[in-house]
Amino acid sequence: MTPGRRFRIYLLEARFQVLEVLREPMFAIPTLTFPLILYLFFGVIMGTRGVSLAVPTYVLATYGVFGVLGPALFGFGAGLANERDTGVLLLKQTTPMPAGAYLFAKVMAALIFGAIVVAALFLTAAHAAGVALYRWQWFALAGVLLAGVIPFCALGLAIGAWAGGRSAVAVVNLVFLPMAMLAGLWLPIYMFPDVMQDIALALPAYHHAQLALKVIAMDAGQSVPMHLAVLVAETLVFLGLAALGFRRADGFLMRRSR
Amino acid sequence: MQAARSPTLASLSRVTHRYGPVLALEGLDLEVRRGEVLGVLGPNGAGKTTAISLLLGSLQVQEGVASVFGSAPGAAEVRVRRGAMLQISGISANLTVREHIELFRAYYPAPFSASRLLALAGLEDLARRRYGKLSGGQKQRVMFALALAGDPELLFLDEPTTGLDVDARHRLWNEIRALRESGRTTVLTTHNLDEADALADRVVVIHNGRRIAEGTPAEIKSRTAGRLARCVTRIAPDAVASLPGVVEARTRGQHLEALTTQPEVLVRELLVRDEALADLTVVAAGLEEAFLALTRDTT
Repeated sequence: MTPGRRFRIYLLEARFQVLEVLREPMFAIPTLTFPLILYLFFGVIMGTRGVSLAVPTYVLATYGVFGVLGPALFGFGAGLANERDTGVLLLKQTTPMPAGAYLFAKVMAALIFGAIVVAALFLTAAHAAGVALYRWQWFALAGVLLAGVIPFCALGLAIGAWAGGRSAVAVVNLVFLPMAMLAGLWLPIYMFPDVMQDIALALPAYHHAQLALKVIAMDAGQSVPMHLAVLVAETLVFLGLAALGFRRADGFLMRRSR
Repeated sequence: MQAARSPTLASLSRVTHRYGPVLALEGLDLEVRRGEVLGVLGPNGAGKTTAISLLLGSLQVQEGVASVFGSAPGAAEVRVRRGAMLQISGISANLTVREHIELFRAYYPAPFSASRLLALAGLEDLARRRYGKLSGGQKQRVMFALALAGDPELLFLDEPTTGLDVDARHRLWNEIRALRESGRTTVLTTHNLDEADALADRVVVIHNGRRIAEGTPAEIKSRTAGRLARCVTRIAPDAVASLPGVVEARTRGQHLEALTTQPEVLVRELLVRDEALADLTVVAAGLEEAFLALTRDTT
């Protein structure tokens, strides 16, 4: 396959993946608006009652993590499992489509949806809540938040590899909301009992949120290399689990293109 | 027959396949020759889709050899030259027909033009409609267009006319004939004897994962041209089975059922032997009976 054609396939696959998801209101509306509604309520309405802007600034980072987490988990976990169930994957497997193009398209869709959520949150924070950050902080925060697509897509991929089409949505919900809460995306974990704080240390969303909070100097003070190491290790574990799941199922996405 | 001299494009040899404890294919041999329409005929559950999946590389071969264009069925150079229409429940509902076609065309180095594909599948008026809004028959036509997207030399159609009405079915048949005229090779699975008869140059009949017959549609039909006689009688099935032309005789409920190639002989004998015989019917044997007859022949 020529590089030009390969590139075109990657691009088209991504474009249609985004279109497909944008046209699905059951997916698009909740994942896009839920973090924003949370922010409007807790960040803008409740958060600006005090003297400082600590609350709207803090939840900008954590709801940003929440906003990136949703599209990655649902797109990959539920979307992939569903496409395996309906047979779309089976059909594409008979074509010359490179398996990488399929994965790329899903990551790009998660990234674009994440970016839309983050942009909406930033605009709301700056204009409605009056959050003021240095310019480098806005950019760094956006970068850190969007980089979270990688571990979260890996987690979604692992779920999609193991769960069937119908159970995948349930599994994703079982992971999504509890993880968001336990990782301190809604309330800081120092408000939790000790046991729950220990659980948070195991969750990728916690470490991702701490990195985002580090940008605005509101993190719990742990080291950046530690957060990064946990995220990298967990991403590798998720990818390994996903590979095992695919090998068990049908070998697709594991195939070497010769 | 001309097809018999054509080179082999794809083959399964001595292929055995299991899903856990279930034996789906047992020592199956299958040969696809250049330029032919090969009908793979069998009742539901016979192993047709398993055989196709092995030739498409979407199932790994467990025992035996599968080869397409002289390579492994899943090889990249094979996927470029082949198209497939599978029995799947659907593709992205939110993309339009044209978008699906555009995406699949991009997979291939020298695809058919989008307008040609739309015309081939009779989808010109539906190009802007979302896949999810199409009727079952229209969805099948989209699948057909996607199978043809890459201008394939070898086309696999797994039960392509399931869910189509008579008009749509005949239209698809015409398209398959036209593809054959242009030198392409088609493997078609069906459980419909008429469909195989209408399209195939050669038919392979699969039953319980084994090849039980192979030949032109006319040859297959002549072997399955049996009649099924049913009646209430005191004559034992064993006695009926030994009559000339009877392939199989059995008791089902209160009735005796006998499959025969000489219905006149059978009915005359039955009436002579049992004056109290009642509720007699003679019908053309269905495909199930035809398969029974063929199974019987080969054992």
